[in-house]
Amino acid sequence: MKAGSDATMMLRTPFHARVAAACELNDWGTWKGYTTPRAYTDMELEYFAIRSTAGVFDLSPMNKYRITGPDAQACLNRMVTRDVSRIGVGRVGYTVWCNDAGQVMDDGTLFHLGENDYRLCAFARAIDWLHWCALGFDVSIVDESDEVAALAVQGPTSCATLLAMGLEGLEQLKPFGLTHFSFEGETLMVSRTGFTGDLGYELWIAPRQAELLWDRLFAAGEPYLIKPFGSDALDLARIEAGFLQAGVDFVPAESAVRSGRSRSPFELGLAWLVSMDKPVFNGRRALQREQAQGSRYRFALLDVDGNKPAHHSFILSRGGKVGTVTSAAWCPTAKSNVAFAQLEMPHGAVGEELVAEIYYQRELQWTRVLAPCRVIGSPVFNPPRRRAVPPGAF
Amino acid sequence: MKKYDAIVIGAGHNGLTNAAYLAKSGLSVAVLERNPYIGGATVSRELYPGWTYSNCSYVCSLLRPEIARDLELPRHGLQVVPYGGGVTFKRDGDYYGNYYDHNRQYREVARHSLRDANAYERYATDVRKQTRLIRPYLLRRPPDPTSLKLRDLRDLAGFARSFTELGEEGLADTLRFWTKSVGDYLNEYFESDVIKAHLGGTGVIGTALGVYSPGTAYVLLHHYMGDMDGNVGSWGFARGGMGAVAAALAKSVKAFGGDIICDADVDRIVVRHGKVSGVALKNGNELPAGIVVSNLDPRRTFLDIMDRDDLPAELVHKAGNFKIRGSSGKLNIALDGLPTFNGLDRNNPLMLGDMHFTDSLERLERAYDDWKAGTWSKDPYVDMLIPTQTDPTMAPPGKHMMTVFVQYAPPRINGGEWTDADRAGFEQSVIDQIAAHSPDFKSLILHCETRTPREIEAEVGLTEGNIFQGELTFDQLLFNRPFPGYAQYRGPVPGMYMCGSGTHPGGGVMAAPGANAAREILRDLRLPDVVPGGYADD
Repeated sequence: MKAGSDATMMLRTPFHARVAAACELNDWGTWKGYTTPRAYTDMELEYFAIRSTAGVFDLSPMNKYRITGPDAQACLNRMVTRDVSRIGVGRVGYTVWCNDAGQVMDDGTLFHLGENDYRLCAFARAIDWLHWCALGFDVSIVDESDEVAALAVQGPTSCATLLAMGLEGLEQLKPFGLTHFSFEGETLMVSRTGFTGDLGYELWIAPRQAELLWDRLFAAGEPYLIKPFGSDALDLARIEAGFLQAGVDFVPAESAVRSGRSRSPFELGLAWLVSMDKPVFNGRRALQREQAQGSRYRFALLDVDGNKPAHHSFILSRGGKVGTVTSAAWCPTAKSNVAFAQLEMPHGAVGEELVAEIYYQRELQWTRVLAPCRVIGSPVFNPPRRRAVPPGAF
Repeated sequence: MKKYDAIVIGAGHNGLTNAAYLAKSGLSVAVLERNPYIGGATVSRELYPGWTYSNCSYVCSLLRPEIARDLELPRHGLQVVPYGGGVTFKRDGDYYGNYYDHNRQYREVARHSLRDANAYERYATDVRKQTRLIRPYLLRRPPDPTSLKLRDLRDLAGFARSFTELGEEGLADTLRFWTKSVGDYLNEYFESDVIKAHLGGTGVIGTALGVYSPGTAYVLLHHYMGDMDGNVGSWGFARGGMGAVAAALAKSVKAFGGDIICDADVDRIVVRHGKVSGVALKNGNELPAGIVVSNLDPRRTFLDIMDRDDLPAELVHKAGNFKIRGSSGKLNIALDGLPTFNGLDRNNPLMLGDMHFTDSLERLERAYDDWKAGTWSKDPYVDMLIPTQTDPTMAPPGKHMMTVFVQYAPPRINGGEWTDADRAGFEQSVIDQIAAHSPDFKSLILHCETRTPREIEAEVGLTEGNIFQGELTFDQLLFNRPFPGYAQYRGPVPGMYMCGSGTHPGGGVMAAPGANAAREILRDLRLPDVVPGGYADD
């Protein structure tokens, strides 16, 4: 890349020509230096494409790292909290990784492509940390972010759409499974993954076939009411499904300047991702200490009374502040007012009654509401079709 | 025979909502339904293999989110998907697109009249002022202005306060809204015929009045009162058809331990010693219950299923004079593909909205003239939608379902009963109108269900097929709905209640009458109030 050239300005994904043609609102945001749409035509209709038909999201800017070599599994097993040896070939695992202090650096998905062949998809850029972790291991680490274009196809008719596109047998793919197809001389990888909490798949292909993939997908999807969606609709869907967003619901540990601002996996409600029976992994000693001494914070899903989203609210208990809200939304399918909160221990046990201090503005006048809320044990949206094998037609 | 604490007659959405709250309070409740299926006018049926029709009601906005959330209707399978905007096709080949996006809509109105585009903003603000006044009263019992009870006085004082907050101008607007014709009201804002026709149609939907009849401006307001996820005035489709609303409510009733009994045709409400003692079925069975709630319209309730001897003569008279006139019909059409409309790209978001072909108030009024003359409109006003563009469950992939609400259709044709030939003529007038704007429409029709007031009354039980269980004119609203003295859901006999759309706040798939009635019943039983109040607007 030449200094000062256009290439240092906003980048375009391999789908950009198609995305731009569909982006009627011209409502662009940025993601890792790429121009990506916040909404195409109408954020609500896009959200409902995810929940009622099929929605398509361009996730090409995602950071993607290929880790191969004789020690690939061992190296990753030392880096992440999950037991990588239990993620079989052809499977995908959601995981987090910590620094030595047991603080979450990032979350991501680990694709087990073949024997000692992995792809790690990460929110934050991770090449430097991967190299740190690889010290002493016989592995090769490649940043393939720009070499793989990707589309998420999410929603009740996503499987029917992809079957109509000719991906035979896809209905047998289990959640967090991955499989390969040939597509116009390239390999098309399909994983049953996504960030919406619905039935859904992600398609991974070489950039030179990206536009063709988009065209085939939308042609096949027309009878299944396919529609592209932007990052606003995705954000609503992920809150409804209870998914954390790095940089929003936690500060990646290595970018936290102030002490005490990062969180451990336990404090984010991600204890299920931590395999303490692994003898060694980054942050294990600190996490062991935390288990013994107790956590400082607890992640809580709140069901908030009323219909005002508890954006950036303080959470109160008996009038005193015990936490803050990181994400909040009125969820249109679940018809619930949901908030993610970071609460000081011992608060946040399921069933606890708290109060959200909500501020909202109408015609320049601010109003304060003290809305009762309850800690709930599971996300408000979790349909059976998300797990069904084979999934139904809609 | 099991003895119930309460029996609700009619498994429409209000009956089911009412029963859900009574069951939630621990009462043993049965909902009796005359048909072999539930839903009343909130029903989906498969009349052509592979296609689901929303046979009667067809869109959703007024359904109170407080109730949907409280009764956990999403968990019971209800999903409401919004649709944006609408379009009126003009006879000259052009159209007016009422885009959901504000700026796009401005440009589109400006294409017809630059001044109207700007006036629309003033109109929208004025309408919002009025909906803001009324919306808080949807989930409340209307106060009785003649009562000296503390609760009524308190509610009246609150009502008066919201009025005075509006100021003199606002108050004048309110009176205009409640008394004016929708035509006169729109003429104050707009100059373009097609804009007025597009907006004015909602002032007569479900009402046996014309766009220049006084009182129709309120009907327009009624259609703006709902909201979808906080967007006041937005409309949506129940995924799977409107029957999904009834199905989710039924699951809620059952989850609280209530029973729903189909094929149970009620002959009459039994009154003994001046109190309700149960219901007698047409098959001769009698079901005892201390509380009986009628979800039927006021005419059927008081004239069909209650003995005159049990009622005050004045009430019988009022029931006989209650305005519940048939004005509309419905076509439900299975289509072999998505029809194309003159000048409209199939990917245009307007395709998802409500479609109309009446491009002036004049034509709307002429359509009403036919009704007055005792026949269906030769040039009808239709409210037409294709929900299968966002709902994959109602037709096979690539195929579509079209719902066409049609106005006007009188309850009787020239004084006589509708005949099958009349129905065929009615159907043809609608199909011809659509086909005039859609060249491939006729060739795509696979099946068509046509319902005149005759079929709606016979199948759903709504008198004359009136979709609102009584007209939404000011003489039949608030403390006058259905009649003065009976507006707080209590009937003339202890233990007898009303919960249908014939009570406040009226028709549309709102579920508010059913919930409000439950609150009053629980109050009479001295049980805790489990019915949610409305969300504050601000």
